[in-house]
Amino acid sequence: MTRFSVVGVLLASIAVVAVPAQAGKGRLLATGGATTVEGAGGGGITPWATLSSYAEAGEWGATVAYSEAGVDDFGLQVQGVSFTYSNRIEVSYARQEFGLDTIGGELEQDIWGAKVRLAGDLVYGDMPQISIGLQHKRNQSFALPQAVGARSDSGTDYYLSAAKLWLNGPFARTWLANATVRATRANQIGLLGFGGDQGDSHELMVEAAVAMFVNRHWAIGAEYRQKPDNLSFASEHDWHDLFVAWFPNKTIGVVGAYTNLKSIAGLPDQKGWYLSLQASF
Amino acid sequence: MIKPIAFLLLVFMVLTPVPAKAQQLYQELGGREGISQLVESLILEIATDDRIIHYFADADIDRFHEMLTLHICEVTGGPCTYTGAPMPEVHRGMAISASEFNALVEDLIAAMEAEKIPVGTQNKLLAILAAMRDDVIRL
Repeated sequence: MTRFSVVGVLLASIAVVAVPAQAGKGRLLATGGATTVEGAGGGGITPWATLSSYAEAGEWGATVAYSEAGVDDFGLQVQGVSFTYSNRIEVSYARQEFGLDTIGGELEQDIWGAKVRLAGDLVYGDMPQISIGLQHKRNQSFALPQAVGARSDSGTDYYLSAAKLWLNGPFARTWLANATVRATRANQIGLLGFGGDQGDSHELMVEAAVAMFVNRHWAIGAEYRQKPDNLSFASEHDWHDLFVAWFPNKTIGVVGAYTNLKSIAGLPDQKGWYLSLQASF
Repeated sequence: MIKPIAFLLLVFMVLTPVPAKAQQLYQELGGREGISQLVESLILEIATDDRIIHYFADADIDRFHEMLTLHICEVTGGPCTYTGAPMPEVHRGMAISASEFNALVEDLIAAMEAEKIPVGTQNKLLAILAAMRDDVIRL
């Protein structure tokens, strides 16, 4: 919490100094997407090639987000902040707190992220928007991950994402699809540390998302995230979610989801809800 | 690894746009009269949009209305022939930015909402006009 506040104040100060000159919201509604549980712009569980906020060429944008997930035996809270410049580069920070409601205790993690749009535009032209990114993760509660066999308390994920929007897709609705390939050695996205007895090197994982805009403000969709399985103490499963997103205007974004995280740390059947609120400036 | 890739390929195949039937969109927009009304609504939106109104300071609004109506009529399959200058020529030297182009898109959406045009019809028109972006911006 304290760490987050310090970083928040620091980033907010930068924003106050840097943003007024060229703050802008030149992109179309919803094209900044939501804020993921890892702080990057995207959906909920997977980063997209889209960049957070509404900053177009030559503009600054900032986004703050708060997300919560509640499944049978665990609860996740995430605070995130990101800055985007010129629809080209996104820098993000997220603080995760993962409550072990049944087992007792809490896992904490900081995630620093950067994403760069390499080519293409989400909405215009035939080419998808393509971005590369990294997420440097520092687990702040390594005792438990270490006890179950994790090798390191920090690790860096690298990913390549492609996203495309079809203004006039099936049913004359606007559709969006994103595919992400991630190299990672994180256990449960890093909350259980990095590497383990069954693997300690980066592996390629596939992630995907599809959304349909019912109208300009409401979208429904699904996400999938493949995950590595490095710890023999409990097998790790891929994640899925079904979501509804609401963008009343270019300031507010709300995402609600039903998620099935299957078994986490040996506790089966982790189904539940996810709610994310974000504000863009 | 294979399953998600196959899934994505399917998604991309399904989402590849299907060209609308000729004339259908023109009729959905209410024909020549409906399009003329829509363009009028658009002009009213532009008139109160500080982001782009300066581009129209010296414009002949009647001619703009006529030419845009003709253009939309033609590209939506209507029985019209656009008689204005080609798009790049019209916008050359204006240095319209990506943000300003999006501002016009937002004004068009607001105009279509004002005219109570259904979302599906809006999307068909937006997809056609969005394809002209490179003939409009940064020239």
